[in-house]
Amino acid sequence: MKRLPLILSLLVVLALVMSGCNSTSSAPTQAPQAEATQAPQKPFRVAVVMPSSINDLAFSQSMYDALIAVQKAMGGPEAMEFVYSDGMYVVDDAAAAIRDYASQGYDLIIAHGSQYGSSLQEIAPDFPNTSFAWGTTVDTFGMPNVFAYEAASEEGGYVNGVMAAKLSKSDVLGVIGPIETGDAQRYVEGFIAGAQATNPNVKVNVTWTGSFSDVSAAAEAANTHIAAGADVLTGTAQMVVGAIGVAKEKNVLWFGTQADQSSLAPNIVVANQVYHWEVVLTQMIDLIQHGTLGGKAFTINLANGGEVVEYNPQFDLPQDVKDAAETAIQDIKDGKIKIEVTK
Amino acid sequence: MRAWLDTLIDALLPLAATLLALLVGAVMLLFLKVNPVVAYKALLVGAFGSTNAIAETLVKATPLLLVGLGICISFQGNVINIGGEGQMIVGAILGTLVGLTLTDWPGWLVITLAMVAGFIGGAIWGGIPGVLKAYFGVNEILSTVMMNAIAVQLMNYLLRGPMIDPAQAAMASKIPQTARLPMDFRLPRLVPTRLHLGALIALILAFLVYIFLWRTVWGYRIRAVGKNPHASRYAGINVKRYVVLALLLSGAFAGLAGVIQVYGVNYRMITDGSSTGFTGGAGFNGIVAALFGNLHPIGTIPASILFGALLVGANKMQRVVQVPSALITALNGLVVVFVVSSEIWRRKRQRRRLSSDQSDAGGGEGEDAPVQESPADEPQPEVQG
Amino acid sequence: MITKLFSSTVILGILASGIRLATPYLYAAIGETFGQRSGVLNLGVEGQMLLGAFAAFYVSWRTGNLWLGLLAAIIVGAVMGLAMAFVTVNLHAEQGISGIGFYLFGLGMSDLLFQKLVGTVKTIQGFPALHIPVLSDIPVLGEVFFSHNILVYGAYALVPIAWFVLNKTTLGLKIRSIGENPQAADSLGISVAAVRYYTIIQGGILSGIAGASLSIGLLNVFQQNMTSGLGFIAVALVYFGAWRPLGVLGGALLFSMVNAFQLWLQVLGVPIPSDLAVMLPYVLTILVLVAAASKVRAPSALAKPFEREA
Repeated sequence: MKRLPLILSLLVVLALVMSGCNSTSSAPTQAPQAEATQAPQKPFRVAVVMPSSINDLAFSQSMYDALIAVQKAMGGPEAMEFVYSDGMYVVDDAAAAIRDYASQGYDLIIAHGSQYGSSLQEIAPDFPNTSFAWGTTVDTFGMPNVFAYEAASEEGGYVNGVMAAKLSKSDVLGVIGPIETGDAQRYVEGFIAGAQATNPNVKVNVTWTGSFSDVSAAAEAANTHIAAGADVLTGTAQMVVGAIGVAKEKNVLWFGTQADQSSLAPNIVVANQVYHWEVVLTQMIDLIQHGTLGGKAFTINLANGGEVVEYNPQFDLPQDVKDAAETAIQDIKDGKIKIEVTK
Repeated sequence: MRAWLDTLIDALLPLAATLLALLVGAVMLLFLKVNPVVAYKALLVGAFGSTNAIAETLVKATPLLLVGLGICISFQGNVINIGGEGQMIVGAILGTLVGLTLTDWPGWLVITLAMVAGFIGGAIWGGIPGVLKAYFGVNEILSTVMMNAIAVQLMNYLLRGPMIDPAQAAMASKIPQTARLPMDFRLPRLVPTRLHLGALIALILAFLVYIFLWRTVWGYRIRAVGKNPHASRYAGINVKRYVVLALLLSGAFAGLAGVIQVYGVNYRMITDGSSTGFTGGAGFNGIVAALFGNLHPIGTIPASILFGALLVGANKMQRVVQVPSALITALNGLVVVFVVSSEIWRRKRQRRRLSSDQSDAGGGEGEDAPVQESPADEPQPEVQG
Repeated sequence: MITKLFSSTVILGILASGIRLATPYLYAAIGETFGQRSGVLNLGVEGQMLLGAFAAFYVSWRTGNLWLGLLAAIIVGAVMGLAMAFVTVNLHAEQGISGIGFYLFGLGMSDLLFQKLVGTVKTIQGFPALHIPVLSDIPVLGEVFFSHNILVYGAYALVPIAWFVLNKTTLGLKIRSIGENPQAADSLGISVAAVRYYTIIQGGILSGIAGASLSIGLLNVFQQNMTSGLGFIAVALVYFGAWRPLGVLGGALLFSMVNAFQLWLQVLGVPIPSDLAVMLPYVLTILVLVAAASKVRAPSALAKPFEREA
């Protein structure tokens, strides 16, 4: 009895050792696997490291969806294959993953999180023939094999703000952000600018939850905004799903960003600024295939189609609001509207 | 010979429990339609398969060991420190400040000063709950949980505000990170991998903590207070002071782990808004490592390596068979539960041994967890058997 | 700006938010109180909450029946409690660490099941606000106190029940005596193991309900790690409340109201950095405890496995 664990463990070790011997033959059955590439024409191979999960309806999902779109456009897994590590919120683990992918000879390795930049800066020089990309920023470290990408999130934020100001009856809007910096801050500043340009009397209240994951903090922030009179809400990062749940229950309107959040609450989600990273990815892949491995920074925005304001088809948006939004979009594209963001 | 075998079996027990947990994990993998053999092979290769893999494992083990050493001290003193995450952060903040301020000082001096600063930072963040416990009756579990949350917000505030990388401050992306430390402020690498001097420092400290706990008066008193505060008070020990000392030192080692993570791995502080982004959860996992190591500094060394290997290998497994990272987290939980449950067999064996030959009992290694009873009436720091 | 903080909207808003926010803490912390009074420290509350939250969400989503969802959370909580009880009572495992193990397991498992069974974030229609005749119609007060869903009321109903069970029943006496001196209780013929099994499983159930109160009560969604440290705060509140249900209630309300207060600070645009505002509830909880300088002793046998002397 007392020896049981020992005996068991020995058995397991034995099993592991024995199976380890013939496992090489079973390995290639795995679908998108690094080692299993003896296809006749070599597909373009992408690896991506992401902080949250691929189905977060926010930052990570926007990249995952984009990769799926690129894969489809390029002609399926035979032409382009990709692997991913999601849930890599530990910066150090992400670094190990990036290095590992690089040593496996991927053509493009995407570090999808601004917290990964520092690690990339260490790793990229060791793999001069591999192309790396990271975001969101414009900093390529001056390295010839590093691309950078970012989203002009203030543009869609501005458009959302225009619509929100027109739809609000109380002239109070509520914004829920994670921590007050980067992509989130740009979106919020754009939203405020759009709202106030549309209606100078509108009041935009902003709360930051201090976390990207605290769903219940986001929900209570939504409750507080509603108690303070807001009848239109917006927010950014993956924890806003909590706020959307509250908005749905209290029947106040919601504007999304990063990914399409309409499915969460079809009755109250008005529109989403959706990131289409495929615009940037396609350019990068093209450059890599023609021998340029990096050194360039990309920005997705409304003009280049990397950001699209997608209206929720199930929400009955008044025509004048939609017209105002479309005008704003056109003006931003034409450069008639310039949105100031804190630098 | 016989004793040697006993020790070996004791040491193998956690390993066996780990394997048992992985066996349960294999069932989970089968449900995910993943071949467990392929998956676990990837885990092994990822943790030990190459020089680089071993180095990564040791890099991962370093903060676990350092936090674990602190945990050894506090748990021996019967104070529960679950504030390792916050202590790592505050240590790292102070240590990073040193490097960012003294930019034209020689590297070796800055690194040394940074470590001292990190040690102090962690000591402050651990010492506060210590003082609160000793003098205000505030339970340390409550205060350390709260202090973790406070440290995270402090870090977010500093890194997006006063301490932000000037280059990032000028860009719209405004990544919440500090400037990168100059090249010569980096901890030297031991081999051409990411393995840095910090691993060696942690190793040396493990022996120093062992000496501290079992060969110095302070260490003896911390343990005595941990075993029986009432008896210690009668023996004239200032119990409150040693409660503070235990938490303070515990925090200090976590702070050191934080600063070494900055100077050895990341070369700057970055936040993703949570503590785990920076610490990798070492503030919690270090507790587990220390308990795997039976709250003994030397035992914590292999325990940290085992746990580090598991974390590194599991990430590799995620990449090779494309399982969600959630499975890895669940698996880690199972390993912890199984290992901590296996302790009962070690204790039973130990008791049998003690009853069969009660002549030369003792020795640091056979020591039980402080949560176990047994009065503290040993007169002297005992001699190692 | 500051004067606005004392407007009735804000004060009533803080009260309503505080009452709502305290719900998950109350369930989880009262469950933990019973456990600790019997000498068991469970740090796995967060994991149990996450699994409970997922189970409630998934079953409600699948069946469209919120009560079945709640039942699922109860069952999952009980199973987690049973496992914890086996490990800590029969195998004498170190309680704090096995709790961390269960936390990690729950954190990973709930996310894994979510990804495999649900796939993407979805909202559901959770328990609606309960309209209590007369009371809900009282102006102002009705809004603050009587506009919540049933799980919120359940949490507050639990406080007097827990107080009664702990202080006025034989079971409560057994629990308390085991927490203070298991050897003595054992010699009096009380089964330490049975009582601890009871408290740990009950704790699991209440943690499961705490999770459900989020996923099908207050937030109406499930997302990975949605509790985000809430379970650890709940454990901390047990110490705040000095192992008494009423004290736990005070702690939960204080923490929640300060949290609501800092949200209002931000909403009203009071110029303090948002991070420092978020810090407030944590700092104040510690400070209040320092000021109270409570000298209540922890249950003597807390976190100590019980083994019969041979």
